[in-house]
Amino acid sequence: MLLIRCPWCSEREQTEFSYHGEAHIARPATPMDQTDEQWGDYLFFRSNTRGPHRERWLHAAGCRRWFNLLRDTATGQILAVYRPDEPAPAATAG
Amino acid sequence: MPSVIGLTPMDGVTPILDARPARRAAQMNRLAGGGGIDRSRPLDFRFDGRDYQGYAGDTLASALLANGVRIVGRSYKYGRPRGIVSAGPEEPGALVTLGSGAALESNIRPTMIALRPGLEAFAQPSPAGTGPDPLGWLADRFSRFLPPGFYYKTFSWPRRLWPFYERMLRSAASAAPVPERPDANRYEHRYMHCDVLVVGGGPAGLAAALAAGRAGASVVLADENAELGGALIDEPDTSAGCAARTWVATMVGELDSLPEVETLRRTGVVAFHDHNYLIAVEDRGDAAAPPPAQRLLKIRAREVVLATGAVERPLVFPDNDRPGVMLAGAVRTYLNRYAVMPGRAMVVFTNNDTAYRTALEAAGAGARVTVVDIRLQPQGALVRQARAAGIGIHPGHVVTAVRGRRAVRGVEIRPLTDDGRGVGTAAEELPCSIVAVSGGWIPSVQLFSQSGGRLRFDSDVGAHVPGEPSTLNRSRAAGACNGSFSLAACVAEGFAAGQAAAGGGSGAGVPHPPPGADDEEAALFLPHVPGQLPGKSFVDLQSDVTVADIALAEREGYGAVEHLKRYTALGMGADQGRISALNGLAVLADQRGVGIEALGHTTFRPNLKPVRFGAIAGPHLGPSFAPQRRTPMHPWHEANGAVFEDTGTWIRPFCFPRPGETIEQAVRREAHAARIGVGLLDASTLGKIEVQGPGAEEFLDRMYVTTRRGLAVGRCRYGMMLNENGVVFDDGVTTRLAPDRFLLSTNSSGAARVLRWLEEWLQTEWTDLDVFCTCVTEQWANATLVGPLARDLLRRVTDIDLDPARFPFMSMRQGTVAGLPARVFRIAYSGDLSFEINVPARHGLALWESLIRAGEAFGLTPYGTETMHLLRAEKGFIVVGQDTDGTVTPVDLGQSVPAGTTRDFVGKRSLFRADMLRGDRKQLVGLLAADPSLVLPVGTHLTDTPQPVPPVPTLGFVTTSHFSPAVGRSIALALVAGGRGRLGTTVTAYRRDGGPHPVTIVPPCFYDPDGERRHA
Ligand SMILES: [Zn+2]
Repeated sequence: MLLIRCPWCSEREQTEFSYHGEAHIARPATPMDQTDEQWGDYLFFRSNTRGPHRERWLHAAGCRRWFNLLRDTATGQILAVYRPDEPAPAATAG
Repeated sequence: MPSVIGLTPMDGVTPILDARPARRAAQMNRLAGGGGIDRSRPLDFRFDGRDYQGYAGDTLASALLANGVRIVGRSYKYGRPRGIVSAGPEEPGALVTLGSGAALESNIRPTMIALRPGLEAFAQPSPAGTGPDPLGWLADRFSRFLPPGFYYKTFSWPRRLWPFYERMLRSAASAAPVPERPDANRYEHRYMHCDVLVVGGGPAGLAAALAAGRAGASVVLADENAELGGALIDEPDTSAGCAARTWVATMVGELDSLPEVETLRRTGVVAFHDHNYLIAVEDRGDAAAPPPAQRLLKIRAREVVLATGAVERPLVFPDNDRPGVMLAGAVRTYLNRYAVMPGRAMVVFTNNDTAYRTALEAAGAGARVTVVDIRLQPQGALVRQARAAGIGIHPGHVVTAVRGRRAVRGVEIRPLTDDGRGVGTAAEELPCSIVAVSGGWIPSVQLFSQSGGRLRFDSDVGAHVPGEPSTLNRSRAAGACNGSFSLAACVAEGFAAGQAAAGGGSGAGVPHPPPGADDEEAALFLPHVPGQLPGKSFVDLQSDVTVADIALAEREGYGAVEHLKRYTALGMGADQGRISALNGLAVLADQRGVGIEALGHTTFRPNLKPVRFGAIAGPHLGPSFAPQRRTPMHPWHEANGAVFEDTGTWIRPFCFPRPGETIEQAVRREAHAARIGVGLLDASTLGKIEVQGPGAEEFLDRMYVTTRRGLAVGRCRYGMMLNENGVVFDDGVTTRLAPDRFLLSTNSSGAARVLRWLEEWLQTEWTDLDVFCTCVTEQWANATLVGPLARDLLRRVTDIDLDPARFPFMSMRQGTVAGLPARVFRIAYSGDLSFEINVPARHGLALWESLIRAGEAFGLTPYGTETMHLLRAEKGFIVVGQDTDGTVTPVDLGQSVPAGTTRDFVGKRSLFRADMLRGDRKQLVGLLAADPSLVLPVGTHLTDTPQPVPPVPTLGFVTTSHFSPAVGRSIALALVAGGRGRLGTTVTAYRRDGGPHPVTIVPPCFYDPDGERRHA
C-alpha cells in the first residue's frame, strides 16, 4: 500500500486516496464540433504507460483535493507530486 | 473406528513405536530427561477421538509424536497416509482440524499449535480420518486416472455428468470441514509504526533488533514461533547448547530493557506491500489468554530487516511421503526441545553435513542410527565425529525404496552411479522406523521477493538468495535467508543490518554463541533419486505432486514455471510451496536439461500462509461493519412500529403496519391516505448539496441537462446529471436560494458521489469558476406532507402564505413551521400536492411530532419507502440505479435534448454518438400485465415470441413493479428495446416460475397523466 504525499496534507496512507486515471486529458473546448471518433478518443483512449505515468489522485478521505502524481507503473515508485495548477514535471523527475 | 495396526516386527525395531494406542497410553517416545517441556504439568488432549497426554511446552505435533501417533492426515489427491514431517510453519504433511461448532478451525498445522488442556483435534479428512480409506486406497492404486490437469482432462466430458464427478472428487479429496457456525473468536486490528521492523527472531534477527535498538530506533521484532532464538533453541543439553540458550536469553533480556523495542512472539509476517507496509498475524495462542484470539498487525516500517531464516529441503525418492519420513532438523528439534525420540531405529538420508548432528544426537540419546550419504567421500568434521561415534555410514548411496505403507518399516538403499543419473543393482535393506532426510537448506526469501527485490540462484547454496533489492521499498536481508548459514555470519550480518537500518549507531557488534563444527563440506544436489524405481517420488506432499507428474506436465507443454504450478498444483497448498517449490524447479530443470537458474521462479504472493477471515475482518463485523445512518425522526419510527429497511447507508421505515395488519395491507392503507387525504414521509435522507459562489449558475448550467440559467430566487427546477458518456448519473431538484447560492437535491444514496463529481470538475477542469460545494444532507431534516389535505393541515402550523397563487408548484418559501425555522418546498415526487418541510436536523423530531399532533384531525398517515416508491411508480418517476443502469441516457428516458451548440453540458456530446441514436436502444415504458392482479417480479425479461425456445433474445426487463390501489391493478416500468415505438403492442414476459405471460406496452405514467393534482 503506497504512502502518498498529498500536496496539502503530507504523507498519508493510500486507503485515504482514490485513483482517477491518466492526467492531462484535455476536454475539447467545443464538444459538439467533435467527430464521433475525436470524441471517442477523448472519452475512452488512454496511453496505458509502462513506466513514468502522470495520473490523477483525489485525497478522498482527507482534504478532498485533486492532485497529480508522476508514478512509475512498473515499480510503483512515486517520482513527483504536483497540484493541478502546477506544470507537469518531466518523466524522469525524481 | 480405525483398528489397531498390527505391524510385523522387523529385526531390531520395537513395534510398539508404530502402533496406535487403544486408550491413553504412556508417552512411549518421550525421553526420561531433557527438553524444554514441563514434566510436572501433564496435559490431557484428544486426537481423532482418543485420549492422550502431553506436557506443558509441547506442540500438538510433539505430543502426538511422543505418543507414537504416526498418521496425522491423508493426502488430498491419493488419500495416502501422512505423518508429521517438520517441526515448524513449513509443515507440508499434516493438517488437522481443531475443535468443533463455532470453535472449529481447519487446515491447522499441528507443529504451530501449543498444547493446551482439553485440546481436541481431528485428522483431515475427518472423521474417517486416519483409518482405512477405500477411496483413497483406490485413488492411490489407480493414480494413472488422476494425472496432472485431471480436472481438465478426465471429467470434462460429458458435461452433464460433471455434478457426479464433482461429488466424487470432493469426497475423495481430503477437503477440510467447513465450520457450521460463525467464528466465536474476537479479533482486533493494530496499526504500528516503527523505524525498524525485524522479521524473524533467530540469531540474525536478535542481533539486528539489538543493534537498531541500541542506536535508539523504535524497533518491532516479530517471530512466528512461541519462543525467540530460532534454531539456537533446538540445541541439545551440551555445554555448547546451553551457551547458545544463554546467549538467546541475554539478547532477549537486553531487548526487553530497551523501551523503544517491542518483541512479538507467535507473530508471523505474511505480506510485504508497497512502501514498507507489512501485514502480520499475532496469534495469542493460549486459549486461556483473554481475547482477542488474534491480532492483525498493519505495520508501516521505515526500514525492514528480513531475518527469516531457512527451511530444510527434503530429498526426493520413492515413497518419501510415508509416515516416519521426516526432515532431519525437525527430528533434532523434537529430540532436543521436546525430549521426543520419534523412532529408535533411524536412517539419516542426507546430501550435506548438517544432518550428521541429528545422527549424533539421536545416537547419543540411544537410537540406532545409520547414515546414507549421497556424497561419495564425505569428510567434514561432523562426518568424522559420527564415524568416531560408531555410526554406520553408506557414502555414495541413496534410498531407493521405503518399506511400510502406514508407517516406515525400513528402507532399501543402492549405490548411486558415478554420473549420478542412475543407481546400481546391489540393494541393501535397512530396517528403521524413522527416515531423517536433509537435502540442504532453502533461504526463506518470500518476503524479500514480495518487497520487489530480485532473487538470484546461488549454486553453492543450491537455492535462490536475495539479489538486487527493491527500488520502492527499504529492506535488507541478513543471516540464513541471505544464504549465510554459519552462526558467526548470521550474528555479524544481523548486527550490521540492524545498525544500517537504524541509520548508524556505534558499537562493534555482539559476540556470537560458540559455533558448532563450521568446516562443513559442500552439499551434493540431486534433483531426485534417479532410475526406474517403483513407488511415487513426491515433490509436493501437500498437493500430491510427484516427479512423474512434473515430467508429464513438461512433456505436455506446461514446462514454464507458472504453467507447471497451475497444471500440477505444485506449491499451491497451505504451505505455499515453502519447501516444495525448489525441488519442483530442480526436477523441472533436470527434465529440460537446463540449470535451475534458467527457469526463474514462481511469484511468492501474499499471504505467505493462511490467514483467518476473522483476522482480516477484525472488529468490522455486523453493526460495526459500516456506520448506519438514522434520521432525526428515527426514535419516533421505532416507537410506532415501523418496519425498517436498509437503503444504502441509511436505515428507513419501509412501512408502518398497525397491529394485525400485513405489510401489504399497511402499504395499501398508507398509499390510499396519501392520495385522498394526507400522508407524512420522512425524507431526511434526501441528498442535499449547497453550491455557492459567483460562478455557481454557470457551473450548474454545465452540469445539468436542463439549464439552470434564469431560475428565479425561491424557484425549483428538476434536472438530470450525466457522466461524460451521456449516462444518467443522478437526478434531483435545484432550488435557487440566492443569486449566487443553490441547493441541489440528490438521490438518498448519491450525495457523496455527486459532491465528488462536482468537485472534480471544479478542481480539475474549470478552475476559473469561483464556486464552493458543501454537503448539507445531515444538516436538514425533511418531513414531507403529501395529499389533497396537505395544505389544510400545514396552514394550522405555519406562518408561510400557502396560497397557490403566491406559493406555486416548484417553489420554496422560508418561515416557521410548528414554531421552528423552516424551508418549505413544493416539490411532488408523489405526483400529488406536497410540501417538503426542511428544518435544522436538531429540530427534526420536534417537527415530526408536531405534525403528527396537528394531523390527528386530518387522519394524517405516516408512510414509508414502499409507499413512496408505489406513488412515484404510479407517476412513472424513475429511481436512478433502479430504472436506469450504466447505459441509460435521458433520451432513453424520454427527455429530448436539443443538438445545438449554444449550450454545452457534461455528457451532451455523447448523446449524439451514432450508437446513442440507434432506434432499438432500450427505452423507459410502462407495462400492463394481461392479468391485472399479476405483479411481475423486477428483473423479468420480455421477449417477442409467445412460446420462446432458448436461446431467446431479450427485448428488455422490468425495473419497477407494484400493485397500485389508485389505478386498481398491477403496474410496472420497464426498459424495452425501441419501447416508445411499441406502445400499444403486446409482448411476452417470461417468468422464471409460471412461464410466459402477455403484457401490453404503455406510456410510463399510470396516474394523473396531465399532472394536475400536484399543482393543486
Ligand atoms: Zn490532502
